[in-house]
Amino acid sequence: MMRIVAMAIASIAGLVMLLSPFFPDLESVGAQSSEIFNVIAAIAFILGAGSLVKVNLSRIGRRDAGWGYALVTLLCFAITLIVGLGKIGVPPNPQFAATPWAGEKDAAGSAFAWIYEFVLTPITSTMFALLAFYVASAAFRAFRAKNREAMLLLGTAFIVLLGRTFAGVWLTGGLPEWASGLRLENLSMFIMQVFNTAGNRAIIIGIALGVTATSLRILLGIDRSWMGAGGGSA
Amino acid sequence: MSTGPRSSAVVVWAVIVLAVAAVVGLRIGLGDGMARAYAERVEMRVTVQDSESPNGERVVEWVEWKSVSPAAFLLASRETPSQDRVQLSAAYTVGLWVAALLTLAIFSFLYRDNPAYRLAEAIVIGVSAAYWGVIGVWDSIVPKLGGALAHGWTTAYILPNLPEPTAQSQVGMGIALAFGVLLLLRLVPAVGGISVWTMAFIVGITAGAKIVSHVESDLLAQTVATMQPLVQPVDGTLWNVATVWASLPNVLVVIGVLCCLTYFFFSVEHKGVVGGAARVGIMYLMITFGAAFGFTVMGRVALLSQRVEFLLDDWLWLIDPLERRLVDGVSMIVGTGGIW
Amino acid sequence: MQGVLGILERLDRRWVFLAMALAVAGPILVMGITRKTLPETPTDASRAVFQAVQSLPRGSTVLLSFDFDPGSAGELEPMGVSMARQCALCGHKMVFISLWPLGGQMIDQTIKKVLRADFPHLQDGVDYVNLGFQAGNEQVMRVVLTDFKRAFPTTKSGRATADLPILSGIQRVGDFALLAEVSAGYPGSKEWVQYVVSASGGKLPMVSGCTGVQTPQLYPYFPGQIRGLLGAIKGAAEYESLINAWVLDPANAAEIASTGADVGVSAVIPPKYLEAQRRMGPQLGAHLLMVVLILLGNVVYLAQRRSQRRAAA
Repeated sequence: MMRIVAMAIASIAGLVMLLSPFFPDLESVGAQSSEIFNVIAAIAFILGAGSLVKVNLSRIGRRDAGWGYALVTLLCFAITLIVGLGKIGVPPNPQFAATPWAGEKDAAGSAFAWIYEFVLTPITSTMFALLAFYVASAAFRAFRAKNREAMLLLGTAFIVLLGRTFAGVWLTGGLPEWASGLRLENLSMFIMQVFNTAGNRAIIIGIALGVTATSLRILLGIDRSWMGAGGGSA
Repeated sequence: MSTGPRSSAVVVWAVIVLAVAAVVGLRIGLGDGMARAYAERVEMRVTVQDSESPNGERVVEWVEWKSVSPAAFLLASRETPSQDRVQLSAAYTVGLWVAALLTLAIFSFLYRDNPAYRLAEAIVIGVSAAYWGVIGVWDSIVPKLGGALAHGWTTAYILPNLPEPTAQSQVGMGIALAFGVLLLLRLVPAVGGISVWTMAFIVGITAGAKIVSHVESDLLAQTVATMQPLVQPVDGTLWNVATVWASLPNVLVVIGVLCCLTYFFFSVEHKGVVGGAARVGIMYLMITFGAAFGFTVMGRVALLSQRVEFLLDDWLWLIDPLERRLVDGVSMIVGTGGIW
Repeated sequence: MQGVLGILERLDRRWVFLAMALAVAGPILVMGITRKTLPETPTDASRAVFQAVQSLPRGSTVLLSFDFDPGSAGELEPMGVSMARQCALCGHKMVFISLWPLGGQMIDQTIKKVLRADFPHLQDGVDYVNLGFQAGNEQVMRVVLTDFKRAFPTTKSGRATADLPILSGIQRVGDFALLAEVSAGYPGSKEWVQYVVSASGGKLPMVSGCTGVQTPQLYPYFPGQIRGLLGAIKGAAEYESLINAWVLDPANAAEIASTGADVGVSAVIPPKYLEAQRRMGPQLGAHLLMVVLILLGNVVYLAQRRSQRRAAA
């Protein structure tokens, strides 16, 4: 019964979204459905936080390897949550100074803004920056001209790497005007606008077909894998 | 036992770490120092309406601390040596050190996995989960759910000028709340199964919206974008070099899209003409992946540059590209005298 | 020769890491001390972004969606800064939104860095506004298609959008003169094209600034569905140089001054508006290193293959 109701909800919600752009009377129903979705998405943040607490508490309870780090995670989670929900250190909102909780949660000088600036920003941005090193290492170890296809990939990478910096101007800037198309910066743009556009366009069209087919299968109740175990396909 | 090269590598890396530590030590002792943050005190004063007050209004006062550059502090101190409007900020200075140490902790993973990296990782997991939750509550749940279902309370304590909700929005938010509660029941294994209704709503909405958007934007519009004139006459002439050059991009794009799609089409065996087209498609895709690699490198290096800039500029004060420590044309890197 | 090849073959990856660190840090130090930048030759895609903003009638309302967070700020923040700066210089009104949870903070930083610092005459809520983050990804886009204020009921600072002067003529997203998007991934430029630009039937022009990873994927949409495209930090540097050249041109001084902007802003380029161009220095170092690494890797590979063939023979 629960699964039949779920399938009905998915199909009705999907049909509303599918038809609302074509029927003006359904436009507001579509927008309302999207708005309900948006609030659920915000609530999903709480679900994510709850899952994190649950997983880490069980790791600490079982004294798993590295449970100390789980403790740190929970501690940081609790501090950020208290600081953010409690608006600790948040000055009053100059526009609504009489309203007790109107202050902006991440106003300058607040503890929440401090966490953002000095904890969240450095760690997340440095984690992404690490990838520069691994790309370099991978290029040295794995980027081999083993066959014609690999050579094409490698050659394109060379042109783009050099053409999108001042190196392109240094190396080929002296080419005469009639051969300006061979300057690395122009060559890299030609690759992007012609070969890359064609390749990615085919991928985009392929994905569009795939997404449309999958979505239709879901709406028609043929694909029920999203329900988890026991869902499957018809 | 080939411990020779390995132990020498360890020695070299130890030397590098010591050299970095020496630079930090020198920076602390020499010139105008490093890693300090300053803040300016701003006194706020706002008159608000208050029905309980005899004259119907009251004054709310508070102090805010705005982050300013070291140069602003130096200039203010030069003007009035006893000033306390701009001060060294303990909170921001500690923050700067915390940020620098966390940055180094993440970078330490490049040598090998270690407790400093794991600690930073554990911190960011906890902080970001709570951060997203807090933002979800204050930015979406309070104004939308609170504004519709608890309007009086929300306007009295948090968002004073939120307009009255319509009956339609109240119904909508009521449904959203019900679905949200069902979703949160996932945390309770005994009754978590019912959250599949919320999942159904999410999946249905996403699937329905995707059909329209993908067909309209990616299938039709991209096909139309490919249907360009193959011949682009220059100066009204078909047979000249300029026309060939102008026509080449469109011809190559059409060939490329068709050949790549042929390669993706597995219902027909890739032999003969189809096989040839598929091989051309592979060539196009290889060029596409090569371009993607080049741009990925570009992206990652930009992110690394920003972190290195942070360490060299904000923390070590070795460079001053933003001229935040520039006073009278001299940067605090070499010493302006009197920053202490 | 065999000795060198042997060393390369057994080279610990950490030496490659060190080389990358030096290739990036060296130019940063040099450019930080000399305060010099490399010259830029803007591409058509970057020029198109500049022209799209420039060609709008003064006072147009531009929607700026900052869909990124600190993880990609190194690439994208200079684009956001330049977009806000050009809009302010042209006298356009700016409505900032974000579909990324940390995007609201990125908008605050841009407003502080550009609008409050160099355009103090602009008023919050009248000339610009930060509506902050809303959860829901593409579904937020679906809502703004029909009712913009419904998706964003308050500003980030908690003021209701219903009576906000800057939004007085805005019912739906199609009422904006331009959508300027800064995108780090999902949701981002691709979704704005799929859900909003296509649905508006081409009535809402869109320009995009995106990460290097996204750039190749977005090229098929340019110049049809996306009117202008800033690809990675190079695109940001080109766009920055276009605005700087326009600001430095004395012929434009009167036009800039007529928007109410401090004329002083056009006299000299503050270093904060050269950030992307400065970052092209480390890019050059790192890209050259990558080319050298690939070449060295292939030399090792060819040497290995030759010795294997000899052994087999």
